[in-house]
Amino acid sequence: MELSIFLVQCLNAIQYGLLLFLVASGLTLIFGIMGVINLAHGSFYMIGAYMAYALAPFFGDQFLLQMAVGVVLSVAFGFVLEWAFFSYLYQRNHLQQVLMTYSLILVFEEARSMLAGNDVHGVAIPAWLAGSIRLGDVMQYPIYNLFASAACIVVAIGLYLVVNRTRLGMMIRAGASNRDMVRGLGINIRLLYRIVFAAGVALAALAGMIAAPVSSVYPGMGGQILIICFVVVVIGGIGSISGALIAALLVGFVDTFGKVFFAQFSGLSIYLLMAVILIWRPQGLISKGY
Amino acid sequence: MSTSVSLYRSARLPLAALLIAAAMPWFLSEYTQSLLVNILIYAIFALSLELLVGTTGLVSLGHAAFSGVAAYVTALLMEVTGPGDMLLVLPAAMLGAGAYALFVGALSLRTRGVYFIMVTLAFAQMAFFIFHDTAIGGGSDGMYLSSRPSLALAGKVLIDLESPQQFYFFTLACLAVTYALLAVLLRSRFGRALAGIRLNEQRMRAVGFPTYGYKLAAFVIAGMLAGLAGFLMAARTGVVNPELLSWHESGAVLLMLILGGLGSLRGAVIGAAAFILLKEFYSSEAVFGPFALHWQMSLGVTMILCVALLPHGLIGLRFPLKLRSGLRAKQGVTHG
Repeated sequence: MELSIFLVQCLNAIQYGLLLFLVASGLTLIFGIMGVINLAHGSFYMIGAYMAYALAPFFGDQFLLQMAVGVVLSVAFGFVLEWAFFSYLYQRNHLQQVLMTYSLILVFEEARSMLAGNDVHGVAIPAWLAGSIRLGDVMQYPIYNLFASAACIVVAIGLYLVVNRTRLGMMIRAGASNRDMVRGLGINIRLLYRIVFAAGVALAALAGMIAAPVSSVYPGMGGQILIICFVVVVIGGIGSISGALIAALLVGFVDTFGKVFFAQFSGLSIYLLMAVILIWRPQGLISKGY
Repeated sequence: MSTSVSLYRSARLPLAALLIAAAMPWFLSEYTQSLLVNILIYAIFALSLELLVGTTGLVSLGHAAFSGVAAYVTALLMEVTGPGDMLLVLPAAMLGAGAYALFVGALSLRTRGVYFIMVTLAFAQMAFFIFHDTAIGGGSDGMYLSSRPSLALAGKVLIDLESPQQFYFFTLACLAVTYALLAVLLRSRFGRALAGIRLNEQRMRAVGFPTYGYKLAAFVIAGMLAGLAGFLMAARTGVVNPELLSWHESGAVLLMLILGGLGSLRGAVIGAAAFILLKEFYSSEAVFGPFALHWQMSLGVTMILCVALLPHGLIGLRFPLKLRSGLRAKQGVTHG
């Protein structure tokens, strides 16, 4: 393989991995803190992507503003959804959570089909991010993809700082390791849950908004990303955000290079990776136990 | 309470239901009968999952992989053998599903809880991609069965699934056998051990049960029974496609279980019937007009309400009556 092609594939892998990390970190936060297994998490990614599709005509080249509006909308959506639906799921067992959130997917998918139809829609790249740059001697790389990676890195660093350096982050970490203790300390657990949930929704929706111009928006995109995120969480170890980051990048690389080397069986590569990890470390790469 | 009496009591209702179902073809239109066949097939499917979820407490979200693999084995073998010999195709389909279940179970049972849910879903998706992305089974279009399987002995055709009547009775017989098999299994030492694992796996291990082996055996049996359902699905519609393995199918069969009531075999059958009928009802244009197109929305909302308001499923509806008559004090908690 030529070096420049290899480099381009590496960039693709990193971009895909970072995007997966945004979605998976939301999933892991919601499960780690609130103990809710949320199958509808992929739908939040889908909602983000469709939001980008719907908002694009209003904002034109004001892409960053559009993303900010999208994040605000998805946080509001997350708040309402937690208040109206998810707050009832905490005291339920995993099976009931699976079924409720699965039913929620049916509702979201149908709402999507009513509002936006079942066609694949493209989302335009804003003019200032269009075009590509030279990489090495012959290769071109789209600027938007670099922007997408950069945006994901900024969000990931922001997430790291919030979780590890702020009071809110301290409560989140405490909530993840001992829920009853946090409640006992007199922290407003309802509000904490609501904030974490809204943040999880926003992370997934943001990933969807970033991905929309690259992958376009289509029915079933939520389910697809959800299952890959499950693979990421299984590989990384449940409830571990750093595990999710490592696993997401690993999955990004395996998937991207799987497509290059074994085009026909590319769909399988990440599941084989998961199988190998399960044999080696059933609890995931970085685990805090079950 | 002696064993024979309790066996009679618990077999009374299912036997009555079997008799009524056997009489159905004389009363029903062709359309209703084919709807009923669909219910019977999904009842087998739901029963197979009940062994995992209801009995053993293993929430698998990838069960459609096993019925799907069996459906594909059926279609692929029919292509080779011509007018298929059921004696070959049916066991092969079930064994194919069982083999995949052995692979998935051996790996996913190393995990537990939410992890297990995610891993089973992911491996089901892997099976989906095997058929979706490669040319083995015709890619995303799937493949058609050239003919339906038949069972011939010494040149004489005993069962021919081309005939809707025979298909109906064959499916009903399959359901009855599955039900009886599971009923016996649950009463056996093996079944008791599985129930013990659901209640407290650590204690079972401490008592000396190799729980991993027990769970794996349950997983493979459930996979093979799902394979039986998959064989019937392929034979019924005469077409297989990757959608049979999709996780929506796995989610649907899990919904059937909770709709009917977890922890009982009849709950699984009732749930399958209720789910298929609900789906039929919501997608009926006569009732819902243009909104029938959006039946998934109505179904989703209904299921949310069901899980919220009927945590014990439809079968739980009779419990309040029993409580009032004080039966619970006499019986304790039963399983069956």
